[in-house]
Amino acid sequence: MNTTVVAQLQRQFQDYIVSLYQQGFLDNQFSELRKLQDEGTPDFVSEVVSLFFDDCSKLIDTMSRSLERPDNVDFKQVDSGVHQLKGSSSSVGARRVKNVCISFKECCHVQNREGCLRCLQQVDYEYKMLKTKLQDLFNLEQQILQAGGTIPQVDIN
Amino acid sequence: MTRNQIAEELPNLAESKLTALVVDDSFVNQTIHQKLLNRLGIENDVVTNGKEAVDVYCSGRNYDLILMDMDMPIMNGIQATKRLREMGIESKIAGVTTRANEGEKKEFMEAGLNDFQEKPLTISKLLSILHKLNFYVQT
Repeated sequence: MNTTVVAQLQRQFQDYIVSLYQQGFLDNQFSELRKLQDEGTPDFVSEVVSLFFDDCSKLIDTMSRSLERPDNVDFKQVDSGVHQLKGSSSSVGARRVKNVCISFKECCHVQNREGCLRCLQQVDYEYKMLKTKLQDLFNLEQQILQAGGTIPQVDIN
Repeated sequence: MTRNQIAEELPNLAESKLTALVVDDSFVNQTIHQKLLNRLGIENDVVTNGKEAVDVYCSGRNYDLILMDMDMPIMNGIQATKRLREMGIESKIAGVTTRANEGEKKEFMEAGLNDFQEKPLTISKLLSILHKLNFYVQT
């Protein structure tokens, strides 16, 4: 094991994950998920976020269809979709996605179709951005493990 | 939390062999809640809505604890909790939901819950449920 390479990768990992919290992509719930990951379930976090991204894709698709025709928007159905998305984003610590959902709910509540469409676009952008960021994070984890190192526990607080 | 730290919080947990049922329509939450329960050594099953929970009990299964989501299709958490209590089910039921305004919480509690926690669940929230429901005193 090349300890210098491992130390560099660990440092990179630490800096990257801290930046994700500082930039508001993630909140403390993501740390809670990382605490649950163990030797028996080394892919727990990536599996859960993968389920979350599947949720995002399906719900955004459904909401998009509900919002398609200006004269026939089922705001109750859109609100239900936003509620589910807000719930799962909260469960994985996807802070930016969750925050867009809060605004999105408001737009549903006042039946603002234009506002809903903007929020839909925003939530689509945010989840895809997070997906890329987390993929980079998981890649760093793999590099550390392949170099013979361990993944650092990072205390965000 | 390490296993030793958890054991200190719940000294009789290892001998308790608790069982739990996760009732939630979200795969994300099912996965997280099952993992939390596994971490505490609690055997568990999962169903995706209130009707499935009722059906499981009708089939003769029983659990010490039910983690009940509120918003679910077909039969929601409030309806399922009421139904289970009508059936005479005495399992402890903890409502776990993102809906936290006082009115919704009251309605859910009045359906027959023993405890209520806001999502997302964490180890410490689950420990709080177990403490509140006195599971640590069972051997």
